[in-house]
Amino acid sequence: MALATRTGRRPSTTRTLWDSTVGKKSVMAVSGLIMLGYLVVHMLGNLKIFFGADEFNGYAHWLRTLGSPFLHHEWALWIVRVVLLAAVVGHAVSAYQLSRRDIKARPVKYAHKRRRASYATRTMRWGGIILALFIVWHLLDLTTLTVNERAWAGHPYQNVLATFSTWYGNTIYIVAMAAVGLHVRHGFWSAAQTLGAGNARRDRALKFLANALALVLFTGFVSVPVAVMTGVVS
Amino acid sequence: MRLNLRVWRQQNPGAPGAMVTYEVDGISRDMSFLEMLDTLNEDLILRGEDPVAFDHDCREGICGACSLVINGDAHGPERTTTCQLHMRSFADGDTIDVEPWRAAAFPVVKDLVVDRGAFDRIIQAGGYITAPTGSAPEAHATAVPKADADSAFEHAECIGCGACVAACPNGSAMLFTSAKVNHLNVLPQGSPERETRVLDMVARMDDEGFGGCTLTGECATACPKGIPLPSIAAMNREWLRAVRKHGGN
Ligand code: HEM
Ligand code: SF4
Ligand code: FES
Repeated sequence: MALATRTGRRPSTTRTLWDSTVGKKSVMAVSGLIMLGYLVVHMLGNLKIFFGADEFNGYAHWLRTLGSPFLHHEWALWIVRVVLLAAVVGHAVSAYQLSRRDIKARPVKYAHKRRRASYATRTMRWGGIILALFIVWHLLDLTTLTVNERAWAGHPYQNVLATFSTWYGNTIYIVAMAAVGLHVRHGFWSAAQTLGAGNARRDRALKFLANALALVLFTGFVSVPVAVMTGVVS
Repeated sequence: MRLNLRVWRQQNPGAPGAMVTYEVDGISRDMSFLEMLDTLNEDLILRGEDPVAFDHDCREGICGACSLVINGDAHGPERTTTCQLHMRSFADGDTIDVEPWRAAAFPVVKDLVVDRGAFDRIIQAGGYITAPTGSAPEAHATAVPKADADSAFEHAECIGCGACVAACPNGSAMLFTSAKVNHLNVLPQGSPERETRVLDMVARMDDEGFGGCTLTGECATACPKGIPLPSIAAMNREWLRAVRKHGGN
């Protein structure tokens, strides 16, 4: 019995992952989950604003001394920043390349239009673009303080209050958090499928968890501008 | 029944196409959709016009040859194949849009006929098992757990029609490929090629120009054989496992 013999080597694991639609999607899933984990921690940290300026600013200061004396001042913060940057870049590049491929694979539209469930895909793409723009604005506003009205270095409490005292600050932030919620709602469940963790029995639990995560993130993040607007935090 | 049809007409792969309107009369509610098109074609031939080209073979829902997008739905409004769709699903006087499968990997050959050779090449890449030829092996020699046998059977039901690709907004072939991979990968008979099968079939699928999966779920809704959406997650699991075991050599 003669078997077809494979000639030539298989490409490396990295190549195989990056060149395949399934592999690139798993890069998106892993980077997405890293960002999701960060967002949960970030949201919980933000809630400290309800305990006043000293506690919030103290928390911000603690973030810079985290891991000391083993780590130098701000090193922990920089490690997190590098990981997040890699995740954002990996996620956005994969999203762009996969989306382009998907659009090319369906060049002719059907003449008979009907409402399609591709709503999730479209909100992921638009939501992703909104999130990318938001991340830039958010860093300029509260990290570099370039566009912040108060821009008082080392006093994030006062800077956050300044942002949420403007109509555009509130609008941008709340729209972006709605985008986060929608993105996580489809994204978390999708990532489970992409990484092969989904199956028929677990489907309801995964969808429930995705909705719960989306709702908790949205409510947690939005509670801050709402509290500033209503004077609960001032 | 009297119907207004709007049918995609395209002379050849390079020619521009268009939706052309025809009226058909004397259609019985018990006719299949393809018999209705046969009636239209008889009229066209009598009038000396070119009949509408469409694919069909068994006309009993098992071969996967028929392929029409009817009013925007692959295989029409019922969850079955076009050949098993009956005119009772429509009302007298309806206007019905009939289009070919649309995907870059399925180019139009003529009118409603598309080239689904890409599916054959995905099968060639790994949709086989290594087995000794000669007399059939004793049926009970290899024990297969009931759950695995059921899963293999469920996936073996895929008839390769391509409705999943036609329905997918990304023209993705993930549902088809996952049906074929899972069918053989859960069985002991398929285990010698378990890793190479999924790696090679997915690579071929990508090379053919199908889009990626965004888990929209349109494919599983359109599939006449009920291949479920979680089959895609199961194939992803097999693929990642194969990359871990096989990557780099
Ligand atoms: C740079 C901004 C971002 C862009 C451009 C972007 C874009 C996208 C796109 C296009 C998808 C694919 C949707 C689909 O396949 O249907 C996606 C999936 C996903 N995104 Fe994002 N996104 C961004 C930020 C984020 C953030 C901040 C998170 C963290 C919560 C996140 C988490 C996810 C997850 C978990 C998935 C699912 C991956 C998968 O389907 O396997 N993304 N993103
Ligand atoms: S998965 Fe379903 S829709 Fe796709 S080719 Fe197989 S039978 Fe047809
Ligand atoms: S003609 Fe065979 S399945 Fe429809």
